[in-house]
Amino acid sequence: MDSKQITDAMFEKILSPKDPQGNDLAFISPEAKKQYQDNVTRFKNTIEFKKTDRVPVTVFPSMFPLAHAGITVQEAMYDYDKCVSACRKFVLEFQPDCQFGAAAPGPGKFYEILDYKLYAWPGHGVEADHSYQCLESEYMKPEEYDLLITDPSFYFRNFYLPRVFGAMGGFQMLPPLTGTLEMYGLAYNYIPYGLPPVQQTFKALFDAGAEALKWAGAMGAFDGEMAASGYPNILGGFTKAPFDTIGDTLRGTRGIMLDMFRRPEKLIQALEAMTPIMINMGISAARQTGNPLIFIPLHKGADGFLSDEQFKKFYWPTLKQVILGLIEAGCIPFPVAEGGYNTRLEVIKDLPAGRTLWMFDQTDIIKAKEILKDRICILGNVPSAMLQLGTVEDVKDYVKKLIDNVGKGGGFILSNGAFFDKAKAENVKAMVDFTKEYGVY
Amino acid sequence: MRQKLIQAIVDMKEAEALALVNEMLNNGIKAMDVLSAVKEAMDIVGKKYEEGSFFLPELILAGEILNQISQLVKTNMRDAVKTDRHGKVLIGTVKGDIHDIGKDIVTFMLDVNGFDVMDLGVDVAPEKFIQAIKDFQPKVVGLSGFLTLAFDAMKDLIAEIDKAGLRDKVKIMIGGGQMDEQVKEYTGADAYGKDAMSAVRFAKSWIGG
Repeated sequence: MDSKQITDAMFEKILSPKDPQGNDLAFISPEAKKQYQDNVTRFKNTIEFKKTDRVPVTVFPSMFPLAHAGITVQEAMYDYDKCVSACRKFVLEFQPDCQFGAAAPGPGKFYEILDYKLYAWPGHGVEADHSYQCLESEYMKPEEYDLLITDPSFYFRNFYLPRVFGAMGGFQMLPPLTGTLEMYGLAYNYIPYGLPPVQQTFKALFDAGAEALKWAGAMGAFDGEMAASGYPNILGGFTKAPFDTIGDTLRGTRGIMLDMFRRPEKLIQALEAMTPIMINMGISAARQTGNPLIFIPLHKGADGFLSDEQFKKFYWPTLKQVILGLIEAGCIPFPVAEGGYNTRLEVIKDLPAGRTLWMFDQTDIIKAKEILKDRICILGNVPSAMLQLGTVEDVKDYVKKLIDNVGKGGGFILSNGAFFDKAKAENVKAMVDFTKEYGVY
Repeated sequence: MRQKLIQAIVDMKEAEALALVNEMLNNGIKAMDVLSAVKEAMDIVGKKYEEGSFFLPELILAGEILNQISQLVKTNMRDAVKTDRHGKVLIGTVKGDIHDIGKDIVTFMLDVNGFDVMDLGVDVAPEKFIQAIKDFQPKVVGLSGFLTLAFDAMKDLIAEIDKAGLRDKVKIMIGGGQMDEQVKEYTGADAYGKDAMSAVRFAKSWIGG
């Protein structure tokens, strides 16, 4: 099978969903089944620039479903049933063509067990009704590039993880897995597993794993229930641009930007070392979930962050490899260009036609359409401020403008532009309903 | 050598710039004179950012070079180089939001454009803003926020400033992530700026300079 046939085969399976026992999913009605299949097909055909009945519409929120259901982010993080029921209300009330699951808040107890330090979250540095926020810092030291380049997994386990998870201190004592070779001397490699700090770390991992499993059960059940009601979730997993992997979580914005001047060769080697890992992260998630769409949130390559030259030298080459590697495996890369991407459009436009989906926020989306033409499907971009502070008329006017200009000729999915926590319900409703009404081809 | 130092900084040649500073100090050149050259270089860096030829990485490295030079000459630029400051600007990221990149760029640009800037940091409580308005007496207050939660935090803060009887003493500008004109109306701020240059323009129009 070539890569396109793999994608098609994945969609064939999505069109006949199974329940956890492996039987055909029981839809709640024949109408729900038809709606489900129409929604999947419309989404796929739009990405591939094939003819569809209308512009698809979706809502990709952050914590909005929780606020809308009257619960805090904190409640949703610690009570998975509450989280699911808020997300159920959100999907059934606003009726987007596709939904993106209930996983955004994440499992609070799981983070607690591991003592996660990379983020502030409700009860741990931010208020109960606020979204989590990244605590950027220099978690990787500049002199550790060679360690990362030589063996990224060893570096992550023995250096990075103990710094961002209080419960993973024991990992610092573990030897490389590649030391296991012959019978002679083998046991020396396993001495650390007998030591109390290592055993404590594994104990925490077992507990965290049990909690993650419990949470995943609730998430999976939600997706099954929504599918049975006609609302597919085709999100297959996530990965990152290697520059953001290093810039967001390892070196921090300041660190990576100084490295561009101080040790550019090392930085590029590290970006290249992370690239196959980022590709495999997306592919293995897609294989596990059976869904092709791989979410790639883009951060530090936005307008204003890097010059053209810097973008082309440090950011784009490895991101492009990640995108191409995912396409090669039949995935549909779904880069989310947070902030503005106006200066990057000419660079991204040559990606394989009909194989990616790009979400834009503050990019001039009409100009994006002109440049990306019938190659790259665009998703966006009703502004968060308009959803929260504007009127129904503002939203309708904006949706009309998008459909008239960006919807022309297909390859456009109407959506919000950025992940939002708050909005007027009537504005979200107008965004979806008016697209269904006005977006008919 | 002064010119060479300016050039090294503007060319982002960190090691060369630091070596030149050491050489200048060894030759008996005064800290004040070194720093006045650095100041000139920073002004050029700011201009290049305004023109769109420099971006965030250059601002970060320039800031880093400045810090290292301040340590070498054992004094900071503000104390050594007396410049006529146009006026005071108070800046901070509002309560509940811990993002700082945008705020730091605005602070840098206001500073190189001759404003006296006090930066309160991130997740700043309204009481802290109000106390600083009383003590520092700025003419302009800049509020930064990346998340949509900042809409209400800004609105509440501006209401508090009003309640404290300070609203007519300051002009308030907002910026960051999801801000726009609609958010400006909602919060009751005087202006919304989409980038650091607009912050400089507003400050100039309100204060002069």
